[in-house]
Amino acid sequence: MFSNPLIYFVVIPLVMLGLLALCSNIRQIRAVAVTGSLALTALSVWLVVEYLHLRAASDAPMLFLGSWAWFAPLNINLSVGVDGISVAMLLLSSVIVLAGSFASWEIKEPKAFFLWLILLSTGVFGFFISIDLFTMFMFYEVALIPMYLLIGVWGSGKKNYSAMKLTLMLMGGSAFLMLGLIGIYYHSAPAGQPLTWNILEIAANANIDKNWQYFLFPMTFVGFGVLGAMFPFHTWSPDGHASAPTAVSMLHAGVLMKLGGYGCFRVAIYLMPQAANDLAWIFLILTGISVVYGAFSACVQTDLKYINAYSSVSHCGLVLFAILMLNTTAMTGAIMQMLSHGLMTALFFALIGMIYGRTHTRDIREMGGMMKILPYLAVCYMIAGFASLGLPGLSGFVAEMTIFVGSFQSGMTDLLAGHGALRLTFTILACCSIVITAVYILRVVGKLLLGPVYDEHHLALTDATWWERLSTAMLIVCVAGIGCFPNFFNNLINFTFSPEIFTVLGLR
Amino acid sequence: MDATLPIIILALPLFMFLLLGLAGVKMSHKAAAWLGILGMGTTATLSYITAFTYFFSQNPEFVSATGERLQHVVFNLTWLAFTPDLVISLGFLLDPISALMLVVITTISFMVHLYSLGYMEGERGFQRYYAFLSLFSFSMLGLVVATNIFQMYIFWELVGASSYLLIGFFYTKHSAVSASKKAFIVTRFADLGFLIGILVLSYYSQTFDFIRLTTDSSWVLASTGGATFMGASVLTWALVLIFMGGMGKSAMLPLHIWLPDAMEGPTPVSALIHAATMVVAGVFLVARMFPVYILEGSATTIIVVVGALTAFYAAMVACTQIDIKRVLAFSTISQIAFMMVSLGVASSGNGEVCHHGLGYMASLFHMFTHAMFKALLFLGAGALIHAVHSNDYTAMGGLRKYMPITHWTFLIGCLAIAGIPPFSGFFSKDEILSAAYAWSPYVGIWMTVVAALTAFYMFRLYYLIFWWNNPDYGHHTPHDSPWCMNVPLVFLAAVSCVAGFIPFGHFVTWNRMPYDIHLDPVIAVSSVVIALLAIALATRMYARENSLPARFRAAMPRLWDWCYHRFYWDELYIFITHRIIFNGICRPIAWFDRHIIDGTMDSFATLANRASDEIKPLQSGQIQQYVWIYLMGALALGVITILCLI
Repeated sequence: MFSNPLIYFVVIPLVMLGLLALCSNIRQIRAVAVTGSLALTALSVWLVVEYLHLRAASDAPMLFLGSWAWFAPLNINLSVGVDGISVAMLLLSSVIVLAGSFASWEIKEPKAFFLWLILLSTGVFGFFISIDLFTMFMFYEVALIPMYLLIGVWGSGKKNYSAMKLTLMLMGGSAFLMLGLIGIYYHSAPAGQPLTWNILEIAANANIDKNWQYFLFPMTFVGFGVLGAMFPFHTWSPDGHASAPTAVSMLHAGVLMKLGGYGCFRVAIYLMPQAANDLAWIFLILTGISVVYGAFSACVQTDLKYINAYSSVSHCGLVLFAILMLNTTAMTGAIMQMLSHGLMTALFFALIGMIYGRTHTRDIREMGGMMKILPYLAVCYMIAGFASLGLPGLSGFVAEMTIFVGSFQSGMTDLLAGHGALRLTFTILACCSIVITAVYILRVVGKLLLGPVYDEHHLALTDATWWERLSTAMLIVCVAGIGCFPNFFNNLINFTFSPEIFTVLGLR
Repeated sequence: MDATLPIIILALPLFMFLLLGLAGVKMSHKAAAWLGILGMGTTATLSYITAFTYFFSQNPEFVSATGERLQHVVFNLTWLAFTPDLVISLGFLLDPISALMLVVITTISFMVHLYSLGYMEGERGFQRYYAFLSLFSFSMLGLVVATNIFQMYIFWELVGASSYLLIGFFYTKHSAVSASKKAFIVTRFADLGFLIGILVLSYYSQTFDFIRLTTDSSWVLASTGGATFMGASVLTWALVLIFMGGMGKSAMLPLHIWLPDAMEGPTPVSALIHAATMVVAGVFLVARMFPVYILEGSATTIIVVVGALTAFYAAMVACTQIDIKRVLAFSTISQIAFMMVSLGVASSGNGEVCHHGLGYMASLFHMFTHAMFKALLFLGAGALIHAVHSNDYTAMGGLRKYMPITHWTFLIGCLAIAGIPPFSGFFSKDEILSAAYAWSPYVGIWMTVVAALTAFYMFRLYYLIFWWNNPDYGHHTPHDSPWCMNVPLVFLAAVSCVAGFIPFGHFVTWNRMPYDIHLDPVIAVSSVVIALLAIALATRMYARENSLPARFRAAMPRLWDWCYHRFYWDELYIFITHRIIFNGICRPIAWFDRHIIDGTMDSFATLANRASDEIKPLQSGQIQQYVWIYLMGALALGVITILCLI
């Protein structure tokens, strides 16, 4: 079992939990958190290299497979395996956990905080390595529950309301999801063969008939879609993010929301391609609305976290939108967008937390001229803003362009084949978001960072400390790395969406 | 050709940006500036070498046996491969127009680098300024050497961002911040059209590559033959949408509103970005795609119409502005519109070029001469603003005595733009008028009128600055600028004197085959006469303080008001963005989200609470109640059982 490297993505956090429980002062806690997340980052970097190396020699859909029985009567296993998408997601998660550890350098009650935070990351890592639906769901829940306490205890503002709202809405999604997963399980194999939870086996069996797919696909897609902030199930996001402490917002928007998009692909679309193809229009409309609706809502918000939360609704909407295009380029773009959004939104939340920690306000009407007072943080904010509005050289541009090119190809193909102009119309609508994004980003940049200093008291503020610099610089390097060398990530990801796999799934 | 030089040309400005951006704070002002100047100087030298090699070496890579100049891809690296066909590469395409632009960009950029040493002296963020200048130069160079339309789009966005950063350079000023925001958002809106245009085009052509787009026309037939949308062919749509991107960057009506506001940036920046280089990107884009535009008559007609209207509109407005930089800004809009019209009239509308494609050559010729004399005028305006600390001509007047160098160079700039021989503007503008007359006499006459207006408003400006009366200059008398500001002025003035004699047709033509330019005597003489008349009128009105301008204004107050308020375009935009989009869309959506969507979610919670309140009394803990319910239940069950049995 321990010869499989993937298992260490769960083992390291568990060891960290044990060590954290033994820690007695803040120095030890920091040491454990940083060492552990560094180890995870190193592991995920190694995994990327090793994965690319092994993939060159094999055309299996997933590598590093391993399976250990857990509950034999229901055929539940701890099955692990990764493809390009999961590898990318693991890399993203580990970087954000590392940056988040630095960002919570001076959190109060650090021991309990880091315990819950690391438990949350255990769930996240476990989710991305699992290919067994049941364990996947279990890790999913492990990642959700700590959120309640993290917001409820360390949060700010209407934290109890927000924590409850977030947890209940996501649990509501989980209820759909669980129904869906159990339904998939009972149709996972042809009559006479043992039922299975294993994704690869279910996909190979392709036994879920069309009508069941029509029932189960919406269940799972909505279930995961709630976490992916799909309209109209996104309202937990603004309140939840606004109340959450910095590192939790970072991890939640940066990684946890990606569980939604990842799950939508890995479970809903991968296992039920027929329904994905036939019912896509419903969700294309919903996610297309998300993209524009989130962006328009962000234009009038005054709380920095609300702005960013609505911008996440828009950007994550684009992820689900692109996945539904069922086209290699668009789906690759969706994963790129997950990486990009994860990094830049984590950067945004880190910076907002740092600014809030100094000014004790997040209202842009009460701040101004930060460029003069906090030049380092302001420049970082500007870079994050540029990434968000899709400036070439930063990650947002490549992700969005990949999505637009892919979606447009898909839309035109649809149109010329006489399947209607829905995809094309919504693609053009989604393209419009690049203008609206520019509006709300530059509005914030103009009010918060530029212009004259609004509050004289702010002149006494000090710029970033070394751990804050480290945390943000790390994320900026990653954002610029994806933006400057996109083909590396493109190759890593799009193999999974190669045309061969689509023909197996009977897709376009 | 060896790829070393081209790589350095692109990499050096980028390196300078990173160096000055990251380490600039630790450097002294002088060190940062000289590093920037040195870097740009090197880039300029290398660009000159590259361009001269391209034009004069007669290397078979560059010139075919028939004398046609070839398009040479120096290098092309895959950057992002969407599909095996649709690949974004980063490359270096050397052909007549990119070589021309290399020279123009690096010359002006170098001059501006040098000039800024004096102009920006002592400003806060001096190093940042040089870093942004380098970023801009890098982006602009990347734009003109793009081998594929997506590379162009990438650098197109980057020049937009560097323009944003430089317009908002004085970021503590509200006006600068909102001007930079406006510039970015307006051009972003135009870029949306550009992007969709690229997507449409690439769907049919399955390539982004310029050479394939412009030489292999099989895909064009495929797209024009079949689908139409709202009455126009898909190709027309694609070309018009791409042109929309150009309209945004080149400030064509109705997307021109950002350029006058962009004058909030430092004046050398206006000279570099908002006069000579970035704003002609739209012209460059159409020129780059010209072989495709020829195929679609309706698209080129739209270009001519938009260009002609813009040229007239901007010239009218320029006649009334007070801020000297705004006069120059509207003049820039008008002159770029000349280039656009010229490109449009190069196509006859039925797949052929008109008048040997003269318009194409004339457009790029004018782009070259305009870059030089307009940069000169802007830098001269900078020297004036530097001297009197105001942007308005009302604070100037009579300055010819105090600032002789600025005066003479500015006069040369005005003569060049007015089209007086032998200054460069005469030659290029004359070619444009010839091309316009050949396409349609109406367009020719229209553009001649605009040319007369140009001469008028430029000399109005000239007289109001250097003649008119002597106002009180405050506590010190204005004087000429330091050497580092004068050198660029003199150099650009010298270029403006001689650039017209370059046999431009030998270098840049639509089919890259050289031919000889000859002046059309009728058009040349008539346009010079008209320009001289306009100058005479300006002299009469503004050379000495008198009441004639006020009488003119009183005679047609409505027209004057409309011109002075730029025909209320800004007010219209503010109405659309604030009233309709912000208050009519954003706010209702935000309200809907909080009260309807979220309200529904909350009401589920309230409902659950209410329901649990309702059934809570059942769990009261009172034995009597439990026994009562138990007995009643048992009784009810018993009754039901009996009923069923019967």
